[in-house]
Amino acid sequence: MNNILNTVTIMKLQQKYPFIINYFEENRLNVKGFEDKTFEEYLNHFSEEEIEEWGMDIKNIEEGLLEYISQMLGFLGIEEGEGIESLTIISGTNKNGQKENYDNLTINKSEIISIVGPTGSGKSRLLADIEWTAQKDTPTGRTILINGEIPDMKWRFSSNNKLVAQLSQNMNFVIDLTVYEFLELHAQSRMVENEEEVIKEIIEAANNLSGEKFDLNSHITNLSGGQSRALMIADTAILSSSPIVLIDEIENAGIDRKKALNLLVSSDKIVLIATHDPILALMADKRIVIKNGGIEKIIETSEEEKRALSRLEQMDNIIQDMRNYLRNGLTIDNGQLNVAMRRNL
Amino acid sequence: MNLVTISGPPSSGKTSIILKVIEALKQRDISVGVVKFDCLYTDDDILYKKAGVPVKKGLSGSLCPDHYFISNIEEVVQWGRKQKLDLLITESAGLCNRCSPYIKNIKAVCVIDNLSGINTPKKIGPMLKSADMVVITKGDIVSQAEREVFASKVNSVNPKAVTMHINGLTGQGAFELSTLLYDDSEDIETVQGEKLKFPMPSALCSYCLGETRIGEDYQMGNVRKIKLGDEDE
Repeated sequence: MNNILNTVTIMKLQQKYPFIINYFEENRLNVKGFEDKTFEEYLNHFSEEEIEEWGMDIKNIEEGLLEYISQMLGFLGIEEGEGIESLTIISGTNKNGQKENYDNLTINKSEIISIVGPTGSGKSRLLADIEWTAQKDTPTGRTILINGEIPDMKWRFSSNNKLVAQLSQNMNFVIDLTVYEFLELHAQSRMVENEEEVIKEIIEAANNLSGEKFDLNSHITNLSGGQSRALMIADTAILSSSPIVLIDEIENAGIDRKKALNLLVSSDKIVLIATHDPILALMADKRIVIKNGGIEKIIETSEEEKRALSRLEQMDNIIQDMRNYLRNGLTIDNGQLNVAMRRNL
Repeated sequence: MNLVTISGPPSSGKTSIILKVIEALKQRDISVGVVKFDCLYTDDDILYKKAGVPVKKGLSGSLCPDHYFISNIEEVVQWGRKQKLDLLITESAGLCNRCSPYIKNIKAVCVIDNLSGINTPKKIGPMLKSADMVVITKGDIVSQAEREVFASKVNSVNPKAVTMHINGLTGQGAFELSTLLYDDSEDIETVQGEKLKFPMPSALCSYCLGETRIGEDYQMGNVRKIKLGDEDE
């Protein structure tokens, strides 16, 4: 592949590997006017002064381009291949060096697992073990398998294929773009072909989750908390490459959490939720109890808990109704509360 | 002794990351020391001392910080050897985006944060482009989408680097980085005669030499004029 830099014209390179435009753009290589030259010829046209001026490292730029092309080809290849079917966590030890209280846990795609335990009990460590696809080489000594096998090292080192996507309570949008521009930017970095369709799909999904509707022209920094969370979840479900999603609590306000989890699960993701909110925790199929750095227990959500969940949801609906009264400028009295209770219970 | 150079823009989280990495290395009985390079002021040495880490600091003052770094690195390496360190980490702030303190065959880590803006990878020069590892911090406060976009921008300016996301507050990812920084079989006795990965910018104009007056009459040496108006067209 080495010789494509000095035998093939830039125009042909761009036709064959359209994504190299990103490489040119991010490295500020303006190839305009050099399309009929090879990449090496293009680089040779820089004077010594220009090379010094812009801090260019010609050898590095050449090697980088080859590496970029091969990574992107690999990346696009993965997209077409199948995702992950299951994740297995084989036990290690807790902070005192005692064996964890289980042997192994296999989570299949479209399953939801909640994680509970006090702050500092080892939730971050568990997640880091998954992200790093630990092979007895982390402080817990856990082993992570994917599809029942020792995973490919690419999960550790590839910057475009992270195993875990994270959604957490204190996340914000920091760039000031419209929803459309933002989704377009993300779609481009993921190199999706049908950008328009994907963007439309995401905004529809987000509006389906959010209590208050918003459109593609809204600025993301102006979205309410609920709208932001809805957009982040829809975007992660539809556009993120990571097959595992970790959610660190979802605040109750302004978003339909059940629909949110369903959306993630329907996109073939494995969903982990760190939460102490009973409605979220009980929506999971199983929950992991973490104590003193180790997995202490794995509890399957029982039928009785599922029944308790539906009652908790009824109570939650009453509170949502009251929230809507307030949003619409009304006052709350006993009569309204009774109506809401009759409607929901 | 192993040597690692860590650099990154001010407030990107270098010190937090290094402290978390040291915690992980200590568990493996690897002794680590730090030399912190900065320009006018730093109190990071206090943080390292508090953590029981042997530390020295160097302030470049009126000198270009990376020039100062490279003029002192051999002495720093000898200090580390005298301390019988297994691993010496140098930490320096990339202040002008054109310099990088990286040395050939010495592990180089660049720390940048998600909050610095989507175009930052494009703006940072050799410090990012010639790093062996890029650590991205503050991922816990931006959206997943922004993290992915940022990482892909980093990847397109430095595809050869290993890119890692580390949370400097919880330390998530720091253990993993620590496994890449220390290599038992490596032993650096000196960096005398080694070379920079990338040359530093040429300077030496009147203002380098203390000139304070403004105007063409006072400008000598390496002077370049800004292009304003129709030269561009």
